[in-house]
Amino acid sequence: MRLRLEVNGEVREVEGVWEGESLLYVLRERLGLYGSKNACEQGECGSCSVYLDGVLVCSCLVAAGQAEGREVVTVEGLAEGEGLHPVQEAFVEAGAVQCGFCTPGFVVATHDLLSRNPEPTDAEIREALAGNLCRCTGYEKILDAVHRAAERVRV
Amino acid sequence: MEFLQPATWHEALEARAEHPEARPIFGGTDVMVELNFDRDRPGALLDLTRVPELSEWGEEDGMVRIGAGVSYARIIEEVGGRLPALAMASRTVGSPQIRNRGTVGGNLGTSSPAGDSLPPLYAAGAEVEVCSVRGVRRVSVEEFVRGPKRNALAGDELISAVVVPVARGPEQFSKIGTRNAMVIAVCSLAVSLDVERRKVRACIGSAGPTPIRAREAEGFIEGVLDEEGLWESRGEIGEETLGRFAELVREAARPIDDVRSTAEYRRHAVGVLARRELVWVWQEYRGGEAR
Repeated sequence: MRLRLEVNGEVREVEGVWEGESLLYVLRERLGLYGSKNACEQGECGSCSVYLDGVLVCSCLVAAGQAEGREVVTVEGLAEGEGLHPVQEAFVEAGAVQCGFCTPGFVVATHDLLSRNPEPTDAEIREALAGNLCRCTGYEKILDAVHRAAERVRV
Repeated sequence: MEFLQPATWHEALEARAEHPEARPIFGGTDVMVELNFDRDRPGALLDLTRVPELSEWGEEDGMVRIGAGVSYARIIEEVGGRLPALAMASRTVGSPQIRNRGTVGGNLGTSSPAGDSLPPLYAAGAEVEVCSVRGVRRVSVEEFVRGPKRNALAGDELISAVVVPVARGPEQFSKIGTRNAMVIAVCSLAVSLDVERRKVRACIGSAGPTPIRAREAEGFIEGVLDEEGLWESRGEIGEETLGRFAELVREAARPIDDVRSTAEYRRHAVGVLARRELVWVWQEYRGGEAR
């Protein structure tokens, strides 16, 4: 089937989409947006987190056809211009990035958290990021990064 | 595979009648896993996200009607004040990403005994509204869920909503899992007080082929509360009574051993939850006016 959706502010059209395909597959394999990672394909790891019409979702659990005519924002769409988004900067500075595989999902989920709650407590961060798994960095530096990002976004 | 995307509820019912093999999909948190893992190849996907009514909820005559497509996140945020136990259960579902997409309609459709929203719906005496081109019918949630992943939905029917009486007293829901978040229930329990009618309801989750109402335990505690005049005095429930209530809830469970837990642990844990939750709802009742 044919699909038309807005990705990171740009209308994109794709052809030959299989009806059972996920939005994640469309983003990565058809649109070349490799920021959203494909890991568990069952909504457990959060590494494919994107915004769908402004709502944080696992793109592996969205059927491609459900995104028809909708707006998608991926990690590639968060920064404006050349520089990094403050959330991305905070992750780099805090060393919250090791192998980097989980990072895009964490960045999008953190962005979503801070948009709703600009001064989250540790407990609130843990709850908000409960759907994102990291198998190498550990979570302490990620918590640190979210606090740093919160300070920046406030400024 | 076909991708059916009706824009109205009427079109959705027609599509369902024409394609009984179609898999309805809304939040996709169950359906897409099956597709991604190649476990399921339905003839068609019936995407219901374009049907606006399914994402609406409203209150009338003491009942909350929640469209099958209302997400857990919205239930927590918007409906939680009216249905505290359902909101508590919704809060234990997956992660923010999952709660943003997953729906109570989907939980009912999947009819897993571990479906987190089901025990509060049983305890509240909820009804499932199902529709087809033939008409609308309402089925009590207990009759709707027939067994593990089996329900009363006919081939041409779709779940349109769940209708739940507004809480008439304090409610609790607790869940045991192997970790704090993102976890399927080892077992769970919903307890509610209906202060107006002087009823107590308890429903066990994930420790039987379907959620199970602990009817003997309910009858026992209602008897004690009446006999001892505790509804009026708002006095404490005695230790022995709490223990007996927990025992009767434990006995109502029909757990199995599986990868998540032994049956023995499930049975024990259900009793612990029963005692704790009864204390919590009763404390809330004693502490303040009924809802």
